[in-house]
Amino acid sequence: MAQQTLQPPAVTAVLRARPRRQALRKITVTSVITWAAAACFALVLVALVTSVVIESFATQWRGGWWPGGFTGSWYGQAWRGGVSQALTATFQVAVVVVLIALVIGVPAGYALARRSFPGKSAVMLFLLLPVMLPPLTYAVQLSALIYRIGLGGTLTGVIIANLVPIVPLVVLVTVPFVERIAPETESAARVFGAGTFRLFLHVLVPLLRPGIAAAAILAMVRVLGAFELTFFISGPQSQTLVVALYGAASNPAGAAPPLIAAMSVFYMATAVVLLLIGLRFVSPADAVSTGRR
Amino acid sequence: MTAVIPAGRSAPGAGFLRRSLAGRGVDAVLILLIPAVAFTALLFVYPYIYGITISLQPQGGGGALANYRNFFSDPYLRQTIWNTLRLALPAAAVSVGFAFPLAYRVRAAFRGRAVITALFLLPLTFGSVLLAEGMTEIFAPTGWVNLALGSVGLPHVQFIFNYTGTFIALLLTTVPFSFLLLAGMFGSIDRTLESAAATLGAGAAARFWRVLFPLMVPGLVTALTLAIVEAFAVFPSAVLVGQPDSATHVLSIPLYQAAQQQFNYSDASAIAVIMTIVELVVLAILFGIRSRLYRGPATSGKG
Repeated sequence: MAQQTLQPPAVTAVLRARPRRQALRKITVTSVITWAAAACFALVLVALVTSVVIESFATQWRGGWWPGGFTGSWYGQAWRGGVSQALTATFQVAVVVVLIALVIGVPAGYALARRSFPGKSAVMLFLLLPVMLPPLTYAVQLSALIYRIGLGGTLTGVIIANLVPIVPLVVLVTVPFVERIAPETESAARVFGAGTFRLFLHVLVPLLRPGIAAAAILAMVRVLGAFELTFFISGPQSQTLVVALYGAASNPAGAAPPLIAAMSVFYMATAVVLLLIGLRFVSPADAVSTGRR
Repeated sequence: MTAVIPAGRSAPGAGFLRRSLAGRGVDAVLILLIPAVAFTALLFVYPYIYGITISLQPQGGGGALANYRNFFSDPYLRQTIWNTLRLALPAAAVSVGFAFPLAYRVRAAFRGRAVITALFLLPLTFGSVLLAEGMTEIFAPTGWVNLALGSVGLPHVQFIFNYTGTFIALLLTTVPFSFLLLAGMFGSIDRTLESAAATLGAGAAARFWRVLFPLMVPGLVTALTLAIVEAFAVFPSAVLVGQPDSATHVLSIPLYQAAQQQFNYSDASAIAVIMTIVELVVLAILFGIRSRLYRGPATSGKG
């Protein structure tokens, strides 16, 4: 099972699968039900996104198929009313978290991929726990500690909290990518006189670039959407976009719906851009299955 | 894991220990592991232990277990465990039941597979806060869904601010999650197994029920387990599209109230510990079931 965990199944599957048209041509009751259900799901999703975008341009929309009038002013209002600050905080947190996580996580992923040693599965399990357990099970304890050492509400505190699930995630994403590099490559570099440092810098890092990119993008997406951890630790100056959005949406006497929708569009746009960049590096199934079995 | 030295080689010379350790894979490369393991120990394990200790020092006094006693003696709080399970278990089961046939249909590559996977990745990237916010638009009493129902002569349905709202919100994230997980698992089953079964005369139904399905059962249990874990920590959607004071008064809500409104981290940590224990029990049961299932090879290539 350990071996299976380390294989990137989606990649091999994509390489191996051939188009089979005849299988698609057959229409059965189960296939109709399956596709109808999938279509319903897709329809709800598309309608959801569309309605948020329309709402963000509406002067007012109190039900009905279409709003009364359109305006672009909500975007300016949202931008000035906190989005610019939240977006800055989000990117600061995301960049710092990703950099630190890569520096700590990629070497560990390399060691786990190259060596099999007693207790390796225990180390894997240990690193899996923060990725698998929902953040709510440890967010409060962590925030209590962070407040206690005086970093509560600061950007540093938010960065520390977000690192907790991201470092193990980077380790687990790196492992299959290292396994794809033939160990002979490293031996060859050693034969030609490369020391450990040069080996890493000139051989492994360039070969690992896809893996590093995948880990970085997955980590970015996670930080962008990490609600619970940031929610419990951030202050007004250090909240990320998703926390600001929740704050606006959960306050019954809060902002006008189109204003919240405009904030949502900023958030959606960021997420879509990251997703599009990510799909160039990561196979979709890897995105959820890595380190989750 | 103590190193057992075989009787014939019990003459340790210089460097024997190092060579013997290296033979088992323990050498300087493992130093690279230390930062990640130390980091996780410092920022995951230590805070967790700290949380357990403060949960045993209740702010209101009353003995070490006062927080836990309060939780289990108050029916309103005790009910949250049931409320959480009542949401998480059906949502996970429905999403796996929904995703499994679809993952089966898209196991072969065809035009549009990338579009489907990208579409399913979208809600995962958006996260539950945004989806809940969007749900208040389309599922509102005069939103698009109810208008569409009305135009075909169906009665209006109250979709949000109740159990249904949180349930739909959960499905919006657990369905794509289960789908991508199961699609990856279907991909890892060697396609030649199906071809072999076909060569031996198995029809489509027999190939599915007698070959693919038994191989996928462990994957199904894993997907179900992870979907429950995801659904279990439901929080933003329980507040935004649920009924957080009654029908969707889930475990995360008293946790949030204790931490953010009463600043009682001791009580909040106790609830988080209870949440972890319930999660681990559910996980242990499902992994126990899984370990009794077939675990032989189904993948191809050098494994």
